[in-house]
Amino acid sequence: MRIDRNTMLYGGLLVSGIFLPLALPAFQTQIAIMWMLVTFALTWDILGGRMGYNSFGNIVFFGVGMYAAAMTQHELYFDIGQFEVISDKINLQLTPVKYILGLGLGVVIGAVICVLLAWLLGSGVLRLRGHYFAICTLGLGVAVGEIAGGIDYIGAGSGLSAPLFPLAMGPAGLFYSYYFFILSAVTFLCLRWLYSTRFGLTINAIRDDEDKAEAMGLHTTRAKTVAWCVSAFFLSFAGAGFGHLNGFIDPLDVAFPGATFGVWMVLMAILGGKGTLWGPVLGAVVFHVTQEFFWSTLLGWQRVAMGLLIVAVVIFFPLGILGWVRERWPERFGITVEENA
Amino acid sequence: MIPVPSSGDRASAVCIRRKRRVSIDTIISNLNILYIAPPLILQLLVNGLMVGALFALVAYGMALVWGVMNVINISQGEYVVLGGYVTVLLADFGIHPFFGVFIAPIVMYGFGWVLYRTVIFRIVDKDLFVSILATYGISILLQQLMNQVFGADIRRADHGFVTWPFFDDIVTIEQIKLLGAMTSLAWGGVLIYFLKKSRLGQAIRATAQNARAARTMGIDTDKVYAATYAINAAVCGVAGALVAMIWVIEPFIGLIYTIRAFLIVIIAGLGNLVGVVIAGVSLGAAENFAGFILGAEFQVGFIFALLVIILVGRSYLLDRKREYLK
Repeated sequence: MRIDRNTMLYGGLLVSGIFLPLALPAFQTQIAIMWMLVTFALTWDILGGRMGYNSFGNIVFFGVGMYAAAMTQHELYFDIGQFEVISDKINLQLTPVKYILGLGLGVVIGAVICVLLAWLLGSGVLRLRGHYFAICTLGLGVAVGEIAGGIDYIGAGSGLSAPLFPLAMGPAGLFYSYYFFILSAVTFLCLRWLYSTRFGLTINAIRDDEDKAEAMGLHTTRAKTVAWCVSAFFLSFAGAGFGHLNGFIDPLDVAFPGATFGVWMVLMAILGGKGTLWGPVLGAVVFHVTQEFFWSTLLGWQRVAMGLLIVAVVIFFPLGILGWVRERWPERFGITVEENA
Repeated sequence: MIPVPSSGDRASAVCIRRKRRVSIDTIISNLNILYIAPPLILQLLVNGLMVGALFALVAYGMALVWGVMNVINISQGEYVVLGGYVTVLLADFGIHPFFGVFIAPIVMYGFGWVLYRTVIFRIVDKDLFVSILATYGISILLQQLMNQVFGADIRRADHGFVTWPFFDDIVTIEQIKLLGAMTSLAWGGVLIYFLKKSRLGQAIRATAQNARAARTMGIDTDKVYAATYAINAAVCGVAGALVAMIWVIEPFIGLIYTIRAFLIVIIAGLGNLVGVVIAGVSLGAAENFAGFILGAEFQVGFIFALLVIILVGRSYLLDRKREYLK
């Protein structure tokens, strides 16, 4: 019975992942972004939900991955002369093989850089706890964006163009909706496995009481850093894909948008129910649909609506959708309450 | 947006944020300028000290709310901007904007009180992270609302105060900055006197020490919280009035003031008034020097990087004692 339901769920998601972009060709880019947001919420939840470390700075890895992938393409296929005139749209067209190879290499390089960066930053920043960690990562996100805007090598404040999507490969939205669907599915399955291991229990123990976890002999600092590295690893893929999908990389608005993507990740995970497996997925989908609805109906006021939504979610549904459902019908989640225990 | 050392057109400094380049050469040449003309150091220092008093005022409000209500108010900067808009509106009506220093806090007191009664009272007894996220929501709501109501333009209140030149124009002191520093200190003094002597002030301090004990002693802590939050908004209103006269305001400029205030509070610690003033003034000076040496575009990045460095540095020091920031 249970297995049947699970099969249906995963099967349904797989089918929708494959056929949704084909059925709604006008919304392909939106669908790609929806899967990207699912990845965002899932990666945020590793720290925020499972480990109790509320990070506002995960966007750093998104941006770094994006820049790394785009720069790889530039280094591979364009010389410096062309790099200078890129803003004038001089022949950025690549053959499909070159494009895919460049993207593949860029993604790998981006992932390596992001994991190393997460290790480096994590060993410093993850010593902080609670709200100090939250504010510090908030500062980190903005600072990295501002600094990226000052580095000439990556185009400074005037931004950087990713290569154009090869015409021979069909619409970019279709390719990237599959890219992001596979990414979010892989992320989900990896995290589901990870949470079932000893490591998952370790980070849960850190959330519940870090001092006790340490006293029990758990290597908390290492576990925290590894968790952040996992988060950074998947985010770098999201960044690489989004940079290529968007075509133009601006340091503050596209690569390190702390005020939009950076906060959305937190919000989506909380909306769905942080610390649950399906919560971030559900939250991201609901959030993206609501957000697009606000954008198309309340143009100009969409951030007002967003602010109200944040306040309402945080105050009235601090447990999120799944958390609320679980509290209401605990027996459906296999939680049994012992009477008079 | 940012205190630029020269008294040139500051609006342009905001607009050219996109064109930023830093290189070792510019840094060295800027340092060289300081070496050639030592009075410039004095200029940067004086400017920094004067604006630092203003930052200290905002930080004091944040520390008050944090200490008494256990709420980290991320929308602090938006209250500053709102206070600035009150002043700009006054100037539009032909009233001298300096009166904004008295009128903006009154308006903002009411605003803060309403906000407490609608939203904040629900998060007082919750987790600190809830307060961060909820006030962040308020902050982006206010940003867009101000954008819709007042427009996205950069605004400033014309005050008509002049600038005093010293050392052949190398060092200039803007009267408005001096006046702003004095106003900040005066308002800070009033606030401290109020907290020490008045009945409500004593109730606020009692609640900060122990809310439960205060309730058993017959203090209506809900009212105390409302007053505390409203006072914080009023303090931000004063700061905003000064910001609108000294620099410029625009709807999305708030976060930087929040971060400055937060930075000052975590350096100084909660409830350490002298520390807040010293930290505020030092931040002002450090920011001015960094802005001059690295270029004004990097001032914002500098503040945020400083936040990370100070937090990590402090936790490293505490880590040796097996402690952490609380």
